[in-house]
Amino acid sequence: MNMILGLYNYWIVIVLMMIGFYIIIAHGHLIKKIVGLNIFQTSVFIFYISVGKVEGGTAPIWQEGIVLFSNPLPHVLILTAIVVGIATTALGLALTIRLHEAYGTIDEDEIQAMDNQEMANQDKEHQPC
Amino acid sequence: MFAVVMLAGIYGLVSASFFVAMDAVDVAFTEASVGAGISTLLMLTTVAMTGRTEHVARHKPLLALLVVAITGGLLIYGTFDMPYFGSADAPAHNHVAPRYLYDSIKEIGVPNMVTSVLASYRGFDTFGEVTVIFTAGIGVLALLSVVRRPEDEAEMEAINDSMHEKHLILRVVIKTLIPFILLYAFYVQFHGDYGPGGGFQAGVIFAAGIILYALLFGLSAARRVIRQPFVQLLSAIGVLVYGSVGVVSMLNGGTFLDYSVLSADPIAGQHLGILLIELGVGLTVASVMIIIFFSFSARSEYQQTKAGKSL
Repeated sequence: MNMILGLYNYWIVIVLMMIGFYIIIAHGHLIKKIVGLNIFQTSVFIFYISVGKVEGGTAPIWQEGIVLFSNPLPHVLILTAIVVGIATTALGLALTIRLHEAYGTIDEDEIQAMDNQEMANQDKEHQPC
Repeated sequence: MFAVVMLAGIYGLVSASFFVAMDAVDVAFTEASVGAGISTLLMLTTVAMTGRTEHVARHKPLLALLVVAITGGLLIYGTFDMPYFGSADAPAHNHVAPRYLYDSIKEIGVPNMVTSVLASYRGFDTFGEVTVIFTAGIGVLALLSVVRRPEDEAEMEAINDSMHEKHLILRVVIKTLIPFILLYAFYVQFHGDYGPGGGFQAGVIFAAGIILYALLFGLSAARRVIRQPFVQLLSAIGVLVYGSVGVVSMLNGGTFLDYSVLSADPIAGQHLGILLIELGVGLTVASVMIIIFFSFSARSEYQQTKAGKSL
């Protein structure tokens, strides 16, 4: 019982992370993959922040008379990671838009099929027999 | 797809409130403005450009489920050795954290420890992260930038103006809100030493104000207010300011990004250094976010005009 109460934060993180992981591998739609990637990313954020939490501590802003704070280091790491995360997400979405312009679809399987088709055509041209 | 994007936005907001509960006020701030605001917006733009429909066919859900279950099981097995939630004697709290917690007020003189760690103790990491954001901005620009001809510009403006006259109430309300949003961004920027906030949050909030304007008054109007080349210049200047502070502290006899030598009094030097660094961060983040949004919506307009011409 003690163990469940002590470790549940990690388990929530793992459940979230696995949801994100499942979306990434099971969905062919590229925007959904990016959403899955974001959920995966947030689960790591939650992991760090929950590691930084100290029972009975307060937000790490110095004030007279407070001695117990949560750990500020994970906060710093995650704070910057969130902003970097949105920048990379934007890059991913930009790639998605370009893929849509080039192929007319953003479904992974359809793009792969088109690529295979093109490769097959090229092979035919290069090896006349 | 619309529902997916909206749920992702709500998820961002919920995790922001979770971060408040975990005492991470600075993080919550960032997540609320990024996760619920800008990321939802960018996803919506992308969905609008790529279509809302999706094929339901998934590849091998059973295999995927199996992989996920095995990985999850192994990870849960791994947690059995982890320290319990909230325990103060966990290894994470006994390495460098005590120095940040109890000495930073003497060494840096800034009450918000997150700011002092971000800008001073780990200034080098933050410099790297600002560079990553800047690079991502360049990447989006390289992928999505379009050359706009003057006649297209005029045509788009006419379409924009006709469209945006419909939302009169929104326009009036937003017009009164925007100055406060921008003012709040400045408050967050310069009060980051004392309360939650700093360059990253301020940059995102400032960009949100501009983006709101662009959404309601059209991209052309927003571009008349803020020229895109100017924003691109600003994003580079932000990184430059950050780097130069480091170089100046080297010239003054310290190490790279050691602000104590910037002034005769080490604490004053730290204050000055952190202020400048946060300014650089804020500039870069705000302008990169604006660039990203401008590129996305310019691309969407470009696609619309192209589609209109081919019809």
